[in-house]
Amino acid sequence: MTASRAVREVRDFNEVNRGISAENAVFEALRCLDCVRPTCVTGCPVGIDIPAFVQQVAAGDFAGAVATIKRDNMLPAICGRVCPQESQCEGACILGKNEKPVSIGALERFVADWEREHGMTLPGTAAPSGRRVAVVGSGPAGLTAAAELARFGHAVTVFESLHEAGGVLTYGIPNFRLPKEIVRAEIDQVKRLGVEIRLNHLVGRSVSPDELLSYDAVFLGTGAGLPYFMGIEGENLNGVYSANEFLTRVNLMHADCFPAFDTPVKRGCNVVVVGGGNVAMDAARVARRLGGEVTLVYRRREEDLPARAVEIENARAEGVHIVCCANPVRVVGEKNVQAVECVRMSMCELDESGRPKPSSIEESNFLIEADVFIEAIGQGPNPLLVSMLPQLDRAQRGNVVVDADGQTTLARVYAGGDVATGAATVIWAMGSAKKAAAAIDRILRKE
Amino acid sequence: MYLVEEAAQLADRVFQLWIRAPQVARHARAGQFLIVRAHENGERIPLTISASRGDAVRVIFMAVGKTTGYLSTLKKGDVLSDIVGPLGKPSEIKKYGTVVVIGGGVGIASTPIIAREAKEAGNHVIGICGSRNKDLLILEDEMAAICDELFITTDDGSKGIHGFAASVLEQLLKERKIDCVWIVGPAIMMKVTSNVTRPYGVRTFVSLNPIMVDGTGMCGSCRVTVGGETKFACVDGPEFDAHQVDFDSLMQRQRMYVDEEKASVEHHHHGGCGCCGSEQR
Repeated sequence: MTASRAVREVRDFNEVNRGISAENAVFEALRCLDCVRPTCVTGCPVGIDIPAFVQQVAAGDFAGAVATIKRDNMLPAICGRVCPQESQCEGACILGKNEKPVSIGALERFVADWEREHGMTLPGTAAPSGRRVAVVGSGPAGLTAAAELARFGHAVTVFESLHEAGGVLTYGIPNFRLPKEIVRAEIDQVKRLGVEIRLNHLVGRSVSPDELLSYDAVFLGTGAGLPYFMGIEGENLNGVYSANEFLTRVNLMHADCFPAFDTPVKRGCNVVVVGGGNVAMDAARVARRLGGEVTLVYRRREEDLPARAVEIENARAEGVHIVCCANPVRVVGEKNVQAVECVRMSMCELDESGRPKPSSIEESNFLIEADVFIEAIGQGPNPLLVSMLPQLDRAQRGNVVVDADGQTTLARVYAGGDVATGAATVIWAMGSAKKAAAAIDRILRKE
Repeated sequence: MYLVEEAAQLADRVFQLWIRAPQVARHARAGQFLIVRAHENGERIPLTISASRGDAVRVIFMAVGKTTGYLSTLKKGDVLSDIVGPLGKPSEIKKYGTVVVIGGGVGIASTPIIAREAKEAGNHVIGICGSRNKDLLILEDEMAAICDELFITTDDGSKGIHGFAASVLEQLLKERKIDCVWIVGPAIMMKVTSNVTRPYGVRTFVSLNPIMVDGTGMCGSCRVTVGGETKFACVDGPEFDAHQVDFDSLMQRQRMYVDEEKASVEHHHHGGCGCCGSEQR
């Protein structure tokens, strides 16, 4: 564990990464080699014309740059912040072989922020087709499908069960990583394309399957909202949260501002988070901001942490203690959480994912004092709607089975994002939604 | 925005609102609930759907916390920020034979819609409405109009039978064949009352009311232990087989934010309503 590092004491939810200046953006863009066969684009799930927009930034044409991005991605300020560029466009950048790749993500974010300050312009839309499409869920997949379909000229209605649109962008990712006014601004753009978002509509309950299927086509972007629990003793004690609940209380319901806002959250003096992904890092960093000492427990090795390197670094810098090769086996307490009992893990042979398979070491149990315990071990697709459409084939973990176009086993019903792929990233959800939207457009035009 | 079409006080601290929410009203069935977020700073709380009529739904609640306190101040023409529903699985209504529908306290609010659907399914419906005293008793006329037989109990004997609903149920079970029982009320009342049917092996449903946030299966706040398994009351319930429910765990989890609720009401009193001259909101 790295000791003696200065801890950044953060108590606010302001954005941590402040972005780059116009001057730096131009300098950075000038580093681009403008390759004949650019590899960066192949690394982008939504296929943004990266060389074109980077060249526009280099020439100081920020408005042109953002227009180029928006041809393929209506949510650039969001993607510029939360995409794992290091394993996508930037990971594929030729410059990265010998030096630092072009900071494509920072450039995308810069031009999107520049546009928001200087007045946003809408991309063109096709003439109205007279066809109606229902989109279920207003997260990254739903918003992308809705924007694409609206631009193709279809009348799009998005159904969102919560009181705010955005899905995981709103309830899941904290403000310090993705400010909510940016999410709202980009959602407003989607609405200005003519998309109607109906909040407080849970499809399967407030909208019947028959009502849903009365649309000319349907896109399911219901995400992976069902939190998994470890199934260990003491899990229902007061003070145990799923990361989903903890984050929703703070991000969506503003429990950090309790009692000015009515929703409470246990702040915790000693918080233990289990998990190693971005959600676990988010939960740990939120818990830090609520004033707790935070220990994050991960069952594999440090190099196996699935979270982005930058998030791990930020979590550490903010004082999150990361304990690797350990796993909770019991939550200790009478009514409230008092401690989390963990066991040390040893790494055995590699499993099918290429990661070592952890197994617990006997009699290595130890206690971590805790009054709040947060489980961030993954999410599955919310089964409600899917179970009400029995014609939909589902895979093992409940994911909806789709073909390469996002077509489900039910005619005219498409799916994309986490509900189809299993829990993944914002941009993968957007990529699959874009494909599905194109396929929906093709079938609607054929008829 | 969701319009309050009617507001009324039914008993001491017990209020009723008819709220215009077409997508809820048109789909609502017995046993389901809705989630209300009263205003921009509000929390999301679940309330049972007590009745529906055209595009409006009725909720009945006791003003005990910050949100229910606020809701109790609403008048006809006021609006609520958000209503989502109907949520949860509908009651498993079918022809059982003779069913008993029991409401305890403000839980009586949930019973007419269950009794009505049970009656429509061809059951002989016996209602039992229990409350602490006659002044807290609600919906007596409505239940009387639906049920084939109706018993009223009060803890203090100020109306009907002096005693608990459980005693009436016990008597009924001794006297005749009861095929199914619904019990809706405070957790402790549901625990005690459902113990009565256990030795008779009578199918018994209870409607659980744990703390919720989204109410759509997304957060796990409402997890309850049923038959040794963790279930989400919002999507797997809210009605469960009473004899499988771990009521003690439910009651413990219901008390998770007791301190915060006090702080919240305090804050509300000293800064929110304007009744005592300070305006901070």
